[in-house]
Amino acid sequence: MSEIHKTIEAVWKIESTRLIAGIARVTRDIGIAEELAQDALIAALERWPEEGIPDKPAAWLMTAAKRRAIDSLRRGRMLEQKHGEIARELEFQQQRLGEAMDRALDLVIDDDVLRLIFTACHPVLAVEGRIALTLRLIGGLTTSEIARASLVPEKTMGQRIFRAKRTLSEAHVPFELPRGEELRSRLESVLSVVYLIFNEGYTATSGDEWMREELCNDALRLGRILAGLLPGEAEVYGLLALMELQASRTAARKGQNGKAVLLPEQDRSLWDYVQIQRGMAALHQAQKLGGGAGNYALQAAIVGCHARASTAADTDWERIVLLYDALLQIRPSPIVGLNRAVAVGMAEGPEAGLAALDALGSGLTGYHLVHSVRGDLLVKLGRFTEAREEIELAMAMTENRRERDLLSEKLKQISNNQLEA
Amino acid sequence: MRFMMVVIPKGYETAAPDAAPDAAAVAKMMEYNKSIQKAGVLLGVDGLFPPSTGARVAYTNGKATVTDGPFAEAKEAIGGYWIIQVRSREEAIEWAKRAPMANNEVIEVRQIYEMGDFPADVQKAAEGFVELKDAVAGKA
Repeated sequence: MSEIHKTIEAVWKIESTRLIAGIARVTRDIGIAEELAQDALIAALERWPEEGIPDKPAAWLMTAAKRRAIDSLRRGRMLEQKHGEIARELEFQQQRLGEAMDRALDLVIDDDVLRLIFTACHPVLAVEGRIALTLRLIGGLTTSEIARASLVPEKTMGQRIFRAKRTLSEAHVPFELPRGEELRSRLESVLSVVYLIFNEGYTATSGDEWMREELCNDALRLGRILAGLLPGEAEVYGLLALMELQASRTAARKGQNGKAVLLPEQDRSLWDYVQIQRGMAALHQAQKLGGGAGNYALQAAIVGCHARASTAADTDWERIVLLYDALLQIRPSPIVGLNRAVAVGMAEGPEAGLAALDALGSGLTGYHLVHSVRGDLLVKLGRFTEAREEIELAMAMTENRRERDLLSEKLKQISNNQLEA
Repeated sequence: MRFMMVVIPKGYETAAPDAAPDAAAVAKMMEYNKSIQKAGVLLGVDGLFPPSTGARVAYTNGKATVTDGPFAEAKEAIGGYWIIQVRSREEAIEWAKRAPMANNEVIEVRQIYEMGDFPADVQKAAEGFVELKDAVAGKA
């Protein structure tokens, strides 16, 4: 790619969200808004290489988008029902549209961007459609970048985005901010989309790489955008804290040759302590706003306990057990219960951990980590034969190569322990 | 990718110790800071006191010599910095182009090293350094 194209791409990344949000305030349809913004980008790609980058690229793009909007009104693309009306009426329409666009684009307000976010994460869309639209409209990623990040062919991703926009249009989803109680539940959908993006980067469910950091950084950027736009919402800060604290371990999580390194074995000197500070600050903000007991804030507080410990042995496991208890109150889930059992094992010893695990019942039948955790606890109790059986069960259940590698190493350690015993 | 945008204000190398920035300029700067914060790219921002309040520690043959500011030979001085996280060098430059700077002021855009940017042998050496630091702090 040439220098100028890279620059145009960068301008697009910076300006596209506000541009699309401003146009959508007039068109009320984010599909059409994005098309108009894309038209403006194409005009820039045609003209900037010859004319140079304008002094105010944002204003240039907005003017170009406005021209396209008026053109398409003339062609009747936007208001087909106007077909057959007299020319004077059309002229009047054009003038009004032009003025409305001018007003909208002169002052793109934060609410426009928020509307865009809430629309992209609208529950009428399938989750993968929400993720794609969010990365595209708010993350400023191109279709090919999103396709690469999601490990699907570009064509598939293009169709996914197209379908999502069509769904929004057909469902007549209004370009509006939800209010009151609805805001809360819709915000939950937005936050879960951002966290899904982060997690896909943090523990890639597919592909050969254990982490895709670019995707984590995109999610962090989205989290920071949300915190800037909704400074009174505690859970936004809770999520931001959770992502910052998890991402702070990135360098320590990657061993040689892409091998996964889990928390107890990580070299903590490789953690990013400035990022930990940012995460802790966001967590304090969530707590200050009265949201310390929120879903993301509690998870962040648990990660924060690890972040504060200079060695795995120094970890405040009692506090972690309490935080898991609180998390179970608001989000009862077998996975949280499993994590709690691990914490109990660390805080009160392997016997107590096994008891907590047994108390979980059958909610996690067939889940490999249950057997892996039970195996670990049995090793600590010196019950090596039973431990071996559990780890072997776990190995048979997992399909992730990196995880199987980890388990087979555990088996080796058990053999060594048995020899020593 | 992280970048440091280093601000080099005109004449800051000779600014008086109590030189305070102009309120209107600060207001504009705050607006800019808010815009990069809302765009989700801002990681950190700080302003620095003038060099006349600082000191330089210069090393010659392992010996440190301290000189108090201002520094007669300096042609320019750093006034502050932003740290931003972006997807490309071009994006960092575009953000720098949007800053409300006065006539003849300069922003230098510099990428921050991540551990993965170092060659393997340097990474190895850096690891040793961190362990050493921990040992001194009594952590290891």
